[in-house]
Amino acid sequence: MTADGTTPTRVCGLADLLPERGTGVLLGEHRIAVFRLADDRVLAVQQHDPYCGANVLSRGIVGDVAGAPTLTSPMYKQVWDLTTGACLDPVGKEPVDLRTYPVAVEGEDVLVAVTS
Amino acid sequence: MTPPSSAVPDEPDLGHVVVVGAGMVAHRFADQLCRRAGDRTFHLTVLGDEPWAPYDRVHLSDVFAGRADADLALDPAPWADPRVELITGDKVEALDREAQTVRTASGRVVPYDTLVLATGSWPWVPRTEGTDLPGVLGYRTLDDVGALRRWVAERSAVLGRPLRGAVVGGGVLGLEAAAALQTLDVAPTVVEFADRLMAVQLDAGGGEALRVLAEGLGMAVRTTTGATRVGAAEDGAVGSLDLSTGDVLPADVVVFSTGIRPRDRLARESGLAIAERGGVVVGPTCRTEDPAVWAVGECASYDGEAVGLVAPGNAMADVVADRLCGGDSVYEKAADGTKLKGVGVDAASFGDVLGLTPGALEVTFADPVARTYRKLVVSDDAQLLLGGVFVGDIALYSSLRPLLGRPLGADPSAFLAPEGGGPAPTELPDDVVLCSCSNVSVGTVREAVTEHGCRSVGEVKSCTRAGTVCGSCVPLLTTVVNRSLEQAGIAVSNAMCEHFAMPRAELYALVRSERLRTFTEVVSRHGTGRGCAVCRPVVASILSSLGIGHVLQPDQAPLQDTNDHLLANLQKDGTYSVVPRMAGGEVTPEKLIAFAEIARDFGLFTRITGAQRIAMFGARQDQLPAIWRRLVDAGFESGQAYGKSLRAVKTCVGQTWCRFGVQDSASMAIRLEMRYRGLRSPHKFKVGVSGCARECAEARGKDVGVIATEQGWNVYVGGNGGFTPRHAELLAEDLDDEALVRTVDRFLALYVRSADRLQRTARWVEAYPGGVAELRRVLVEDSQGIGAELDAEIARHVGGYVDEWRATLDDPEKLRRFTPYVNAPGQPDPDLSYVPERGQARPARAGEHGVPDLRAARSAAAAPDGSLDIEIVPPTREIQESTP
Repeated sequence: MTADGTTPTRVCGLADLLPERGTGVLLGEHRIAVFRLADDRVLAVQQHDPYCGANVLSRGIVGDVAGAPTLTSPMYKQVWDLTTGACLDPVGKEPVDLRTYPVAVEGEDVLVAVTS
Repeated sequence: MTPPSSAVPDEPDLGHVVVVGAGMVAHRFADQLCRRAGDRTFHLTVLGDEPWAPYDRVHLSDVFAGRADADLALDPAPWADPRVELITGDKVEALDREAQTVRTASGRVVPYDTLVLATGSWPWVPRTEGTDLPGVLGYRTLDDVGALRRWVAERSAVLGRPLRGAVVGGGVLGLEAAAALQTLDVAPTVVEFADRLMAVQLDAGGGEALRVLAEGLGMAVRTTTGATRVGAAEDGAVGSLDLSTGDVLPADVVVFSTGIRPRDRLARESGLAIAERGGVVVGPTCRTEDPAVWAVGECASYDGEAVGLVAPGNAMADVVADRLCGGDSVYEKAADGTKLKGVGVDAASFGDVLGLTPGALEVTFADPVARTYRKLVVSDDAQLLLGGVFVGDIALYSSLRPLLGRPLGADPSAFLAPEGGGPAPTELPDDVVLCSCSNVSVGTVREAVTEHGCRSVGEVKSCTRAGTVCGSCVPLLTTVVNRSLEQAGIAVSNAMCEHFAMPRAELYALVRSERLRTFTEVVSRHGTGRGCAVCRPVVASILSSLGIGHVLQPDQAPLQDTNDHLLANLQKDGTYSVVPRMAGGEVTPEKLIAFAEIARDFGLFTRITGAQRIAMFGARQDQLPAIWRRLVDAGFESGQAYGKSLRAVKTCVGQTWCRFGVQDSASMAIRLEMRYRGLRSPHKFKVGVSGCARECAEARGKDVGVIATEQGWNVYVGGNGGFTPRHAELLAEDLDDEALVRTVDRFLALYVRSADRLQRTARWVEAYPGGVAELRRVLVEDSQGIGAELDAEIARHVGGYVDEWRATLDDPEKLRRFTPYVNAPGQPDPDLSYVPERGQARPARAGEHGVPDLRAARSAAAAPDGSLDIEIVPPTREIQESTP
């Protein structure tokens, strides 16, 4: 089984990730959405969409706003900054930011950590 | 007892304000106080007896029309303000004006500096024998709606048959209650003491027109009839209703909707003055005789009258909020207007509906065929608008009501003519109230554009609150906002998003002429950055429409939204629906059996869709390939229910079986569906084919409607159901099969080329320069010489079609995207939760305790007591190994 994730844990290889798309990762109780950008940077935020309550954020569209990589919820189209988790467009609701998770790419390995 | 809040100082600037009642007007007051107080401190406590935060009572009937309870929620922002405390489910029992405190049912004692009574009203029920029997209900609150649903479910289970219902009271709420009963499969009879329905709002002609329409919907209507006694069935529940005519109506459920009375008990018991007809007496400031006590909404009586509508209540709330902040506004009675909602027939009126103003003239247009009734009441010189009554077609209501008491600007009959809709109202003066629910004037809307920088209807809505309550003014709001933008010289930007400065049609032309093949090529030549959720799917759609990049190509994967990426339709809990094609609504018994077995084995929720197909709900991302493997093996293909593309071609059975059919509509429908399946377009589109003029396929409500004639086919375009329904307009008549297909080919190809992003054909046809007449010249007469080009684009699409699901299943690389957790393949989303309902399983709602496995929930549904842990069926190996 997966480790609890407090130390960086290998979750997959870089080649397992499609460029500019996300995938889900389970680390202990954490449901995480991991994204590979066009420049092969890898970023991670929570999988849980705070607006619809479902674990869907890994299935959102990756893009950018003024150069910063962004994620759009597949459900109600809220937009967040993928680097900071800051909500950029709450689509008429109160802004709710996302939790981010540190990611390291070591060679071909993608490592994600859960910091408390 | 008041919990001190750390955010509020002991002596707040505006003191401690307590509101008794937590309805829409209390919400409005809280909202306005927060806004108008600015940085000043205050401590506001709102006390309500219902167990929930204030909700949109005006749209209660939408609960039945399919809007979920949550959609009735009002903006929660006031409750998040640290200066505001909302206490629900605790009724205020007593008011001590001496001590300046209120005491609640739970024993809470809350002191106040300022008290605002917003207790609303209670439903009055005549003293009739039997009104206390089980099954005699009201229709005013969410609780009432819940009680009505439960009673109907329980009672029909006990009786084992559909119920008969009676609604006493034929006013707006009574008719909404009758419509609610109908959605619960109860056949309602509406009993009204007056000589017509909506007697307060309509004149005799309007009431009669409404009766005809209501009966057309299947409601029985008894006017000039009283209810004299409610009779019991053998088991003691309600069983009948005795009428003043001597008749006895069988009734298994009786709803009383016989008017409301101000809820003024607190004020009465504390010695405040009460008006003769009920209600706390207030002056134009909404203050009672006690300077510390104010009253707003339906519990307040101004000028001897308590009003049962939300708009005046909101206006009163604004006055009190303004005064508490040091303002000097006063309440002015505004013109009442009423609109019937959620019933399936439209009726609305405003002003002097009976023409009682001395010298008033009435101009009436009644069309018994179209079942519409329209009346304007004008001053003796036919200049000033005094009132209006609209039944069947209420389009004029929202545009004319703001002109009440003002010059009409044209001959009244011009507005009432059958097709006219009238001349556009002259430029509205600033002081005209545009949104009466939120009391916003035309001037305020203009200022929102000119002073506050609003650039869209949405921005104006959140800035002014106009159009946010009942929504009936939104068309007028849109007109005023757009005109203000134009006058201010603000170009309404047609950029798609920050990455592309041009609209979709321009980008389409560029991609086509330069033969661009990838998003990177497109964005590096014509855009900036890496795109977003707006432009990426547009580029994907354009590449697909042009046959350059198929939706499945690897370099397109990052462009697709999740529906096109996983070839299924995302549902609210993160699972997907699966809808295979059933062209013409036809399905063989063998395929039906295969379909049913798949649904059963995965525990999926099944239902017949509105597009003559069968949908399966609740499929997890990881299950989609296994489900589709079996569907493809059984001979099904993707129905593109997830795509911005052709959905389905709806049809009747046609000449094949029907004794009225004049053409083989089913074969034509299947031919068209197979031709346009998978065609990516600016938005989804639907087609209908009817075998005769009876139009059973409702083709004129579709983007393309085909209707058989003795000579061939008529084709209509630009129809739409949806938010703004529109009938399709005739494009060409009496075409043979080949001419029909060519005409539809060209229409769709031109739409794909030139429509804006997410623009349905209805709006595109409306906006097309020269309208349908010009479209006819371009498409049928080929006036621009582009016919052959358009034909070739569709021919290329038809030749290049592949079933998206079959192609996906054949490609291990594509199947990777269905793995939900890359480090735990085979592990589904642990947070899914399902409960049984009516023999199937559905997502658990808030507060419900479900199980994460759909099959287990469904198995429990089949158990006799419906409990959840009867039988947990372990998933079969086949399902666990859904993805390789």
